[in-house]
Amino acid sequence: MGSLPDIFSTLMQGLKVTLLVLVLSIICSTIIALVAGLSRVSTNRLVTGVTGFYVEIFRGTSLIVQLFWFSYALPGLFNIHLGSDIWVAVLAISLNYGAYMSEIVRGSIQAVPAGQTEASIALNLSKFQRMRHIIIPQAVRMMLPEYGNYLIQILKATSLVSLIGLTDLLYYGNIYRSTHLSDSPTVYLLLLVMYFVIALPLIAFTKKMESMSKKGVALG
Amino acid sequence: MNWSWTVFFETIPLISKGLWITVGLTLACYLFAAIFGFFWVFMSRIPSKIVRSIFGWIAEFIRSTPPLVQLFFIFYAWPVIPVVGVSLNPFVAAILGLGIHFSTYMSEVYRSGIESVDKGQWEASTALNLSTRQKWTKIILPQAIPPTIPMLGNYLIIMFKEVPLASTIGVVAMLHIANDYGSQYYKFVEPLTVVALFFLLLSYPSAILISKLEKKYNRKFDKKAMTS
Repeated sequence: MGSLPDIFSTLMQGLKVTLLVLVLSIICSTIIALVAGLSRVSTNRLVTGVTGFYVEIFRGTSLIVQLFWFSYALPGLFNIHLGSDIWVAVLAISLNYGAYMSEIVRGSIQAVPAGQTEASIALNLSKFQRMRHIIIPQAVRMMLPEYGNYLIQILKATSLVSLIGLTDLLYYGNIYRSTHLSDSPTVYLLLLVMYFVIALPLIAFTKKMESMSKKGVALG
Repeated sequence: MNWSWTVFFETIPLISKGLWITVGLTLACYLFAAIFGFFWVFMSRIPSKIVRSIFGWIAEFIRSTPPLVQLFFIFYAWPVIPVVGVSLNPFVAAILGLGIHFSTYMSEVYRSGIESVDKGQWEASTALNLSTRQKWTKIILPQAIPPTIPMLGNYLIIMFKEVPLASTIGVVAMLHIANDYGSQYYKFVEPLTVVALFFLLLSYPSAILISKLEKKYNRKFDKKAMTS
């Protein structure tokens, strides 16, 4: 029978990997989402076609399947070795959530009223200036609440990395459970609480963004 | 590069058997989530502020923690808990775990639908002396549910893609069959590709169908807004 501090200190060994995967995945998926989202509103048919294909493939299949697929296919099929399984996990999570989040980028850009584009053309702004100064600033505030929601989704997704052998929170939880069966309720409850504590700042961010995106916008 | 087409074609019939289990499990989880979602809506309408906020935080807790850990809790930890603990078979555990997780999302959908009903409708039903039951079943819900149908459909697709989590507690569906085949013959990539293709085959057309539904509803409600 293990005590609570005992369980806690075992689980804490996995915190670093969970946070590392979380932060790296957030950075990579944000970059992917911006690039893919902007590509999808491009006027070049080839660019929109390729990114559309990417988005549909990754949204249409399941993250857990992609995770397994990458962890076997990268070394086995393409002979790519990323050095650490952390990068395999980050790659799978980022490509998956990058695809989902690119849809918010695209949707928000398209939701900026057409009059804004027409006005910037009338003001003789270049295509880049129009995007940089007129469209993107208005689109970003629309994206942020949904973006916050996806950050929480990414946190939840990091729990899958233990399935490909990474030593994250859940991995240590399973290890502890396998030797102390009667403690399993405490182990998993503690794990859930730890994930929730990590999620709290993300929840606060989302709520803040929700109220911010409504501020100063005409109703209806 | 060691891709084998023979393995690829050999695993298609094997994995297609698991497809129906995945689909069935998805529907069962969805049904559970759809019904249980009303529980959270009901709890969020209780007059006591303390009860409301307690259940609000419970829902938030379930929503923002990993479904995989919740699944493990129900499957591994629940049976060990004294008095209330019972051993569940993997299917029931998956339906409970994923169902409860997604019920918190479904309740948000219901809530947004209920909030979208015009305030005048509530006032009118009070003015017409309708009972609470009549108000909900005859006035509010018939107007609240239809606009949320595309969103409800989206969650069906999302859950379909989360159901392979159940393979971790031993539900023998597509992913489990693929991993079993892999560990037996050390061929993982081909069966996993088959699984991915099956997912794509089902979820992509459904996503198109839902975006069509969405457009149809948007048109319908825009028209209504214009004529009123």
